[in-house]
Amino acid sequence: MARYMLSVHSREGEVREPPTEEEMQRSHAQLGVIEREMAAEGAWVFSARLHEAGTATVVRMSGDEVLTTDGPFAESKDHLGGFYLIEAADLDAALGWAAKVTAAIGVPIEVRPLAGFADEPRA
Amino acid sequence: MNHAPDGAVDAPLIGRIFREESGRSVAALIAFCGDIDVAEDAVQEAFAIALRRWPDVGVPPNPGGWITTTARKRAIDRLRRDARGRILLGEVAALAEPDGPEGGGAVPDERLRLIFTCCHPALSAEARVALTLRLLGGLSTAEVARAFLMAEPAMAQRLVRAKRKIKAARIPYRVPEDEELPDRLRSVLAVVYLVYNAGVHNAGLAGPELCAEAIRLARILSGLMPDEPEVAGLLALVLLIESRRAARTLPDGSLAVLGEQDRSRWDRALIEEGQAIVRGCLRRDRPGPYQIQAAINAVHTDAATAEQTDWPQILALYDQLLAMAPTPVVALNRAIAVGEVHGSAAALTLVDELDLGHYYAFHATRADLLRRLGRDSEAADAYERAATMAPTDAERDFLRLGGRGRR
Repeated sequence: MARYMLSVHSREGEVREPPTEEEMQRSHAQLGVIEREMAAEGAWVFSARLHEAGTATVVRMSGDEVLTTDGPFAESKDHLGGFYLIEAADLDAALGWAAKVTAAIGVPIEVRPLAGFADEPRA
Repeated sequence: MNHAPDGAVDAPLIGRIFREESGRSVAALIAFCGDIDVAEDAVQEAFAIALRRWPDVGVPPNPGGWITTTARKRAIDRLRRDARGRILLGEVAALAEPDGPEGGGAVPDERLRLIFTCCHPALSAEARVALTLRLLGGLSTAEVARAFLMAEPAMAQRLVRAKRKIKAARIPYRVPEDEELPDRLRSVLAVVYLVYNAGVHNAGLAGPELCAEAIRLARILSGLMPDEPEVAGLLALVLLIESRRAARTLPDGSLAVLGEQDRSRWDRALIEEGQAIVRGCLRRDRPGPYQIQAAINAVHTDAATAEQTDWPQILALYDQLLAMAPTPVVALNRAIAVGEVHGSAAALTLVDELDLGHYYAFHATRADLLRRLGRDSEAADAYERAATMAPTDAERDFLRLGGRGRR
């Protein structure tokens, strides 16, 4: 088995029709079904939704001093909105889960293997 | 393929055998050890051993099996040397035939699995083509780079990246399930056709070799997937285009379009083979874009002279193709058929509606139609625009000469 992060990206200020209350509920219900399915098949490891990028704080070293600044680290319009950590046999299996998630919420999903898991032969 | 020991066993002969057999060996070795790099290195080492040994002892009766068996021994040696390898070895021990007798031919579907791995949609289109040529075609990195007019280090980087992604992301080494097959097969067929077209548009020495490589891959696929009509369609298509390739070039190296080709230079054996496959596809009646393009080419190769070409039949096939694949390039080719059936004015109206200003064939087609309509100065402009965009020198020269005004 390998582990993959399915990250859900949201684009700041993207002009999209705001979802109706009904659409939101349907999408949440679908996600609930997918997440239960992940758990039942032993694929689910961990998942989380993040607050918006504006709530981020970055801590870095500046010389000998620790500097704390407001805002996200990457100066980009795309931000991580949440993620799933899953276990899957191979990339096709991981892409299968990503397809279900994107179908439910209509947002692109990046699928990336976790280092230190994929490379290790089953002992 | 038995080469007597007293025959000339030289490096070019061994190179040719290697080219023919290496895809099968690499596929078998990846299946055996699950690691592309180990598999490739082992097959390369087997080739080096063949180069040293075969000139003295002759080519073995089953060279492919010999290469696979020798490579498998080298892979085991290599895996024994490092710790990670020993774990891998534990996994493969169950699969390892104890020096089985030339197992090369026993697992034909390994190559199929390898093609689907190389053409996985998670890899970039360029990486798919490069990897297929490298692993299944047995081309060296330098040869792959030359075929795509790239610097070797850049191509090497691209191959390394693709192989790393296969390994780290665990792109599976398998033929897709039934429900995924149509989508994935499309990518495989597209890669083989891209390789063929890269050969056609490559004026250098690599051109014919790439065409031959693509035909070989198409043959392997159609042998391995006899029930997929589009696989048969692709094979027929490349065979029929190939049958006319030699006649595309005149003795002075310039380009001859279909209408002015010397038809006695067409390869009858390839035409008959391609047309037989097209007839088989018609009987099956599950048409797809490759089958229809093959059928169009079959109609062209059926005509003894350009004038005898059955254009209404070709137009009907293009109507069908356009319904199935409504792309501007298909619409452009259909317009050419309209021109032959209903006249150049009708064709020009259709062509002018297309948004293909970036495509040299669009300007070349317009130029030809304008010339036929006697609108010479507009034709000259269109020829010039086409020439500046032409992919090869031969095509550029042809267009600069205003299509030579023959016919």
